Amino acid sequence: MLNAKIPAGKLDDKWVDYKGHCKLVNPANKRKMEVIVVGTGLAGASAAASLGEMGYKVKAFCFQDSPRRAHSIAAQGGINAAKNYQNDGDSVFRLFYDTIKGGDYRAREANVHRLAEVSTNIIDQCVAQGVPFAREYGGLLSNRSFGGTQVQRTFYAAGQTGQQLLIGAYQALERQVALGNVQMFARHEMLDVVKVDGAAKGIIARNLVTGELERHFGYAVLLCTGGYGNVFYLSTNAMGSNVTAAWKAHKQGAYFANPCFTQIHPTCIPVSGDHQSKLTLMSESLRNDGRIWVPKKLGDDRKANDIPEDERDYYLERRYPAFGNLVPRDVASRAAKERCDAGYGVGTSKQAVYLDYAAAIERYGKTEASKKGLSNVSHEEIIALGKEVVKEKYGNLFDMYAKITGDNPYEVPMRIYPAVHYTMGGLWVDYELQTTVPGLYALGEANFSDHGANRLGASALMQGLADGYFVIPYTLGNNLADEIYNAPIPTTHPAFEAAEKAVAERIQTLKNINGKQSVESFHKRLGKIIWDKCGMARNAEGLKQAIAEVQALKKEFWSDVRIPGEINEFNPELDKANRVADFIELGELMCVDALNREESCGGHFREEYQTADGEALRDDENFMYVAAWEAKAEHEWQLHKEELKYEVIKPSQRNYK
Amino acid sequence: MSHKELNLKLKVWRQKNAQTAGAFKTYELNGISDEMSFLEMLDVLNEKLITEGGEPVAFDHDCREGICGMCSLYIDGKPHGPWQANTTCQLHMRAFNDGDTITIEPWRANSFPIVKDLTVDRSAFDRIIQAGGYVSVNTGNAVDGNSLPIEKDKADEAFASAMCIGCGACVAACKNSSAMLFLSAKVSHLALLPQGAPERKSRVLNMVAQMDKEGFGSCTNTGACEAACPKEISIANIARLNKEYIGASLTSE
Repeated sequence: MLNAKIPAGKLDDKWVDYKGHCKLVNPANKRKMEVIVVGTGLAGASAAASLGEMGYKVKAFCFQDSPRRAHSIAAQGGINAAKNYQNDGDSVFRLFYDTIKGGDYRAREANVHRLAEVSTNIIDQCVAQGVPFAREYGGLLSNRSFGGTQVQRTFYAAGQTGQQLLIGAYQALERQVALGNVQMFARHEMLDVVKVDGAAKGIIARNLVTGELERHFGYAVLLCTGGYGNVFYLSTNAMGSNVTAAWKAHKQGAYFANPCFTQIHPTCIPVSGDHQSKLTLMSESLRNDGRIWVPKKLGDDRKANDIPEDERDYYLERRYPAFGNLVPRDVASRAAKERCDAGYGVGTSKQAVYLDYAAAIERYGKTEASKKGLSNVSHEEIIALGKEVVKEKYGNLFDMYAKITGDNPYEVPMRIYPAVHYTMGGLWVDYELQTTVPGLYALGEANFSDHGANRLGASALMQGLADGYFVIPYTLGNNLADEIYNAPIPTTHPAFEAAEKAVAERIQTLKNINGKQSVESFHKRLGKIIWDKCGMARNAEGLKQAIAEVQALKKEFWSDVRIPGEINEFNPELDKANRVADFIELGELMCVDALNREESCGGHFREEYQTADGEALRDDENFMYVAAWEAKAEHEWQLHKEELKYEVIKPSQRNYK
Repeated sequence: MSHKELNLKLKVWRQKNAQTAGAFKTYELNGISDEMSFLEMLDVLNEKLITEGGEPVAFDHDCREGICGMCSLYIDGKPHGPWQANTTCQLHMRAFNDGDTITIEPWRANSFPIVKDLTVDRSAFDRIIQAGGYVSVNTGNAVDGNSLPIEKDKADEAFASAMCIGCGACVAACKNSSAMLFLSAKVSHLALLPQGAPERKSRVLNMVAQMDKEGFGSCTNTGACEAACPKEISIANIARLNKEYIGASLTSE
């Protein structure tokens, strides 16, 4: 049984007690201790900046040309915090409760409670950095509501919250670079973890410009490398987002937890053709004001605006009157799939539903008119006023939609369909964010701990920054306090030599295959297998087929992939090959995990396990555990379970009706 | 919407690395759907080159939703191509016609050396931020977020400046390769907010000094940067920067 090292005591007191009693490293010793941070998104940049401020010698790595590009930047809607500025009954407990419930009772209570506790500090920290959050006329911070909650606790900066938070963390990071506390390695990719006596003591990184392999020592290695959604090929992730660092850690002994928990986001721009390289999210905040519908009549080919009100099926409002269009993501996605599978989908592909702003535009227009004291306003004027308001709130999202589709969303309803967006699974970590390899930590989306089987909107930014700014500064010190007696390990140590040799050999092997098919073509095929059989709905038979197909694909990849160019130069195809090779192995494990979990919960929907009205059917008796997988050999994993104990919240059937 | 297919001629800048000279190479590409994004069109070209045994074109890209700032192509003489307020990754082939010849170059500026083909090194921007583009506040020092009310108009204005994605289109568009729009956006973002006040003078002086050190050119107010900016960062930021700079220069000891 896995030990999560959760502190004893009452839930409310655990983190406070931990902070009061954890070991510290004195400033003089911190200056001597090197720490490696891989990835510079919200988790990585905030961790590297904070550790640098504390006095550690930090080496930070990112594969992009600048730490500011990390994919956290693309998060649109917002960040949750239990500030209760709106006086609508919010509290730390309620945020904790919503997150546990939203995660369908598959997250760890102690971690989630800590997350809710520090959520308020995050907002304060970001405001102090000059993050330009949206404000009210009184000058105070503005909030909006998000899926899965009944309070307004989401802080935002138009539709670019992730960008503004990341720029804040990036600037804090660059300040530490200027002060010499952080050394930044951009265009570098981690290709292995180096272990000495069973503990992580460094990494092998590849300089992506020159192709050279580098050895870096660190007393600890922090992986802040995001999620693995690109295993599906088409996702809302950035093109470069990858699982490689986490997967290398897994192969070095770190358990991989709940890989089948992937989030399919309900509001994305639908696929338009085979050429498609990525999918674009339309922020969940759009569900605040937009209404989702399909025609009531089967095969209704009329234009959206020609379909009268009473012939529209607002299926979320119909099925879930209490939460309506603001049900959690997994529920909204499945409901869209259900309507499209039943033949009510819209657009040329019939794999889309409408997200309609007409009612919101009219409502806002009326409010504006009355605010301005206008009487006798024509309908056209009201609509014009309403469009202005919607433009201010969601303008950048509407523009993006127009550019991609060529349609004007102010005039016609948007077409949306679910797409892969986030991965709740990740490296297993204990309360201190340490993996099963001592000295190796995972932060943010790269770990599994806080979102259970489904993540609520505006919680990813919260978790990334919580881990980086407010958790790791304490938990890392608690473990490094004992390391002060150990001298740094020179990178000439045999462990570094062996690790570098293995990485070099793998690259050479890949290059030598010299086959016929491009890396991209393999990635597309992998994505299709996983999407079809381990996507929004899964079943045992499909998963077994998928495992066989992925294994066959792996064989074909390693015998027929073609990587042009040289090893010792800037070679994006080679970078991609390294990543796709790891995605293929992960894809198999996802299916293994999905097959093992004979229940439906959150984003994991097994068709065999559902209620009469099509809702997910959990099996708490047999599956209330974290499935943490240990890599044993090729195609072979051993399951370790972490029992989830709910001491404060009583798990119940999730009900958004 | 009806879809059409395009047959195109692409003139692409190819350059092995910073040390070797580059040249244009011409490729024919047929059957491109006008629904594709510009980068997906380049994906098709690369797929073709790889299967034919050639070398794919290296170009920077990541989020492909117009926010990370990584994509950076100079298309038919315009940074990020023909559309207004747009990044290359959001440019779609609807913008082109059947039979077009499209010229694709990297950002051209001495301060952005070429890495390979269409990829350039923009680390100079990071160094400008390092010179002062931040508020010096350590983690854990913050007071309650609502203890400092900020006028909504000011906050909105700061946000408009903070929207810069650091792509470098402003430098590529400028005949002097000036980085003034980039720099002024950051100086404005922080000068407009009370949080930025304590370091207001040192920030602008240090950041300008670093910009000069990186070898970016001077601003001659042509406005090309503003026209090319995918996030419509206003040239008014440069005016504000000049005001900040003069104020700081005259009053700092």
